[in-house]
Amino acid sequence: MIRLTTPITEDQIRQLKVGDEVLLNGRVVLSRDMGHKYMKEQKPEWLRPILENMVIYHCGPVVKKNEDGTWSFVAAGPTTSIREEPYQADVIETYKVRGVIGKGGMGKKTSEGLQKTGAVYLHATGGAGSLLAERCKRVVDVKMLEEFGSPEAFWIIEVEDFPLVVTMDSHGGSLHEIVAQQSQERAKVLTA
Amino acid sequence: MSECVIPTLTSNEVVASKSVLPAGWEPNLKDLKSLDLTLPMLELLRRSTSRLPQDVIDALVKGRDAEEEGSRAFNTLNDMVRNIILADGHVTPLCQDTGTIIVWVRHPFGLSQRAAKQQIRAAVAEATKRSWLRPNCVEALSGKNTGNNMDPFHEGHPAVHFEEWDKPEVEIAVMQKGGGCENVGAQYRLPDAAIGAGRDIKGVRKCIIDAVVKAQGQGCSPGILGVAIGGDRVSSYEKSKEVILRKLGTPNPDPKMDAFEKEITNDLNTLGIGPMGYGGNTTVLGVLVEEMYRHPASFYVSISYMCWSSRRGSITLKTNGEVSFD
Repeated sequence: MIRLTTPITEDQIRQLKVGDEVLLNGRVVLSRDMGHKYMKEQKPEWLRPILENMVIYHCGPVVKKNEDGTWSFVAAGPTTSIREEPYQADVIETYKVRGVIGKGGMGKKTSEGLQKTGAVYLHATGGAGSLLAERCKRVVDVKMLEEFGSPEAFWIIEVEDFPLVVTMDSHGGSLHEIVAQQSQERAKVLTA
Repeated sequence: MSECVIPTLTSNEVVASKSVLPAGWEPNLKDLKSLDLTLPMLELLRRSTSRLPQDVIDALVKGRDAEEEGSRAFNTLNDMVRNIILADGHVTPLCQDTGTIIVWVRHPFGLSQRAAKQQIRAAVAEATKRSWLRPNCVEALSGKNTGNNMDPFHEGHPAVHFEEWDKPEVEIAVMQKGGGCENVGAQYRLPDAAIGAGRDIKGVRKCIIDAVVKAQGQGCSPGILGVAIGGDRVSSYEKSKEVILRKLGTPNPDPKMDAFEKEITNDLNTLGIGPMGYGGNTTVLGVLVEEMYRHPASFYVSISYMCWSSRRGSITLKTNGEVSFD
């Protein structure tokens, strides 16, 4: 088990390999479909200090507003990452993001982006909304809540021992590619 | 981290004690005009969003126990069981994607569908306010979130299906269908030269295998497949969702289909996709198939993929005032 705390250096990232289990700590920024389109097309400057050497989490949480005006996460598992495939490599490069958390894995373009910038794809257990919300300890801030709505907003949170697996590393390795190839081979046998 | 987690849920008594229905609440089905489905629907949502059906839990545990202890597949299934316990205990959503809310109402003659729909919508809005549901209804092009899960056209969300039946009771079934798994559903038109699928059961089998291989872990495997053979494009897809309401482990009434379901389930679990696509022996928890009728020229195979967190449930309001959940 590898413990990582954001911000993360490129050197730390380059040491990670497919299959490594990671417990992540520190600040994480949530973003999904609307956020990625916005980041690629408009490249807003205000996000640079928020994202540099940080980790993006593909997640649209269920949130609760507390009586004192603060927010809590009620359920917060990963959403399917492949929808961000057209944007992710650009976002990683533009903002020097060191990690992307999601589920289901991503494609070739993102893999190339991970290798070029020095970043990894970290897989969280899909559907484990309650389990993962317990590791989201504090909501620090939220941006674009009005414009995007709560599932799509940029939530900035602090996580503690957030359980992840490296499934795409910065050297071109991808567990998703291996499993896809093997299952395609098996399907050929089954349908022969 | 690799010990077997035992899925012990809160007792039915504790669940009942947290109900939004007032103690001793009884529906009066003799007066359908004044029957209000808002609270029963809200209670159904409270349960469906936080408490996974027992047959699904049993299938997950069976899958976990078939994986090598300490493997990533084993640990992932164990985490799923942990999540089930937490959500039930806290009465919070099992998954942050609380899905598209699909409702089936079966009712006797005399119930106003227009009134029932308003009440169901009110319950969905209230469940959203209580953070039991995420606001999941956005305008298609702008992405603007309505914030309360209400489609202002009263059409798309929540999706409510009505059927008048001969029985005197009212039954409401609900399914919370997540977006990730919805996106990996597929509809095939046979013959399909691209996958070599003809107009027979072998062709249907090829469609199912193709859909699962394409889905990989993206629909949150191990999934539950609803498969409709026949129908038109709409009725076929609709049926493929409705069949997912059937409990895992209950036999298909058609013995031939029952054998097919068992066989294809075993075959799919040799694909090696595993929980969340990490690799492993548990790729699907079950396959539920229904044969329909079709136009002679059209042969559709529609596949709805339900994630492992198959949130569904039903409430039945009986003439003697009894209320039961399943």
